[in-house]
Amino acid sequence: MISPADYVLLATILFVIGGVGVLIRRNALVVFMCIELMLNAVNLAFIAFARLHGGIDGQVIAFFVMVVAAAEVVVGLAILTAIFRTRRSASVDDVNLLKY
Amino acid sequence: MSHAIAVAAGSASATTEVVTFWVLAIIAVAAAIGMIVTRRAVHCAVLLAVVMLVLAAMYAMQGAPFLAFVQVIVYTGAVLMLFLFVMMIVGVSAADSLIETIRGQRLWASLAGIGLLVLLVLIVGHAAIGPAAPSGPRNGALNVNSLAALIFTTYVFPFEVTSALLITAALGAMVLAHRERTSPKPTQRALSRRRLADGHPTPLPGPGSFALNNAVDTPALLPDGTQSRLSVSGVLANRALAAGDRPGERYPGGLKLERGADEEAGQEPRQEPGQELSPGEER
Repeated sequence: MISPADYVLLATILFVIGGVGVLIRRNALVVFMCIELMLNAVNLAFIAFARLHGGIDGQVIAFFVMVVAAAEVVVGLAILTAIFRTRRSASVDDVNLLKY
Repeated sequence: MSHAIAVAAGSASATTEVVTFWVLAIIAVAAAIGMIVTRRAVHCAVLLAVVMLVLAAMYAMQGAPFLAFVQVIVYTGAVLMLFLFVMMIVGVSAADSLIETIRGQRLWASLAGIGLLVLLVLIVGHAAIGPAAPSGPRNGALNVNSLAALIFTTYVFPFEVTSALLITAALGAMVLAHRERTSPKPTQRALSRRRLADGHPTPLPGPGSFALNNAVDTPALLPDGTQSRLSVSGVLANRALAAGDRPGERYPGGLKLERGADEEAGQEPRQEPGQELSPGEER
């Protein structure tokens, strides 16, 4: 029998991999994908906890997380195309006009 | 007797869940690591799709069939397709460079990740996470009904706020993706004038058709034996360079894609319609 703790551990590992990806990748698209990976990992933890408690409130929360993630992706990718149109680059290093 | 059968069936399904969990977990972690290691953004998207499908299977295993389907439809179907569409706009050749702009960034990021992993694993290990509660009808046939009942009673206010969020996101995406036309749209007369002024009023040469090679990425040969660069789309040449293989090695007779005589006449390689500069920019 797989305990919910195992699912939570898997979610932890996926979350950390996504976080490392956000730190080391410089293509903005890939950074977005790593953020999606982190959100998915948190969803897995929510569902595991819902199963631990025998309720489905955690599933409702995971559903809301999915909705928010979809909205975030839409706006983020629109920003990305807007930046690409002016800077001709998708690298996060090239977007430094607000740096100083 | 029936009790023994039920216990045996329960242990069999438990064994199935154990095996499925470990197989899926290994696949998910391997795909996630490959996602942050591979250079090309398209490969990242495909590996992320693998992770998301694995997570959908895990949702189904944990008594969340509705979320499993939503995961496949919304994430793998909509979000990843959106990523791939944006990748088409940004360019498939948008691979990460391997040069570090901050010295030691990867090392320190990996160390921070390992530290965070150890911390979180210790926290999860010390927490008293007991066995799962027995799954009832709310985790099976009545899953959608129970979720709907919860969403429209307890969580009705967050649900309404979600609708406002979605409308705002759609509006924001439209505003951000909108582009004002800063110069008038070129008419047919202006286009024909530009075509004549460019010095190449005729259509561009087609790709080479040879006995061994007949493809759009095969450059045609000019009368003096050099290759006509105009006969190959510039996108293909860029893609071949991005993929790391040298164009010309695949052509018979050791032909190299070099500057042809027609290019030295001051003409640019062929441009695809999608690659044209926006009207607001100067050439």
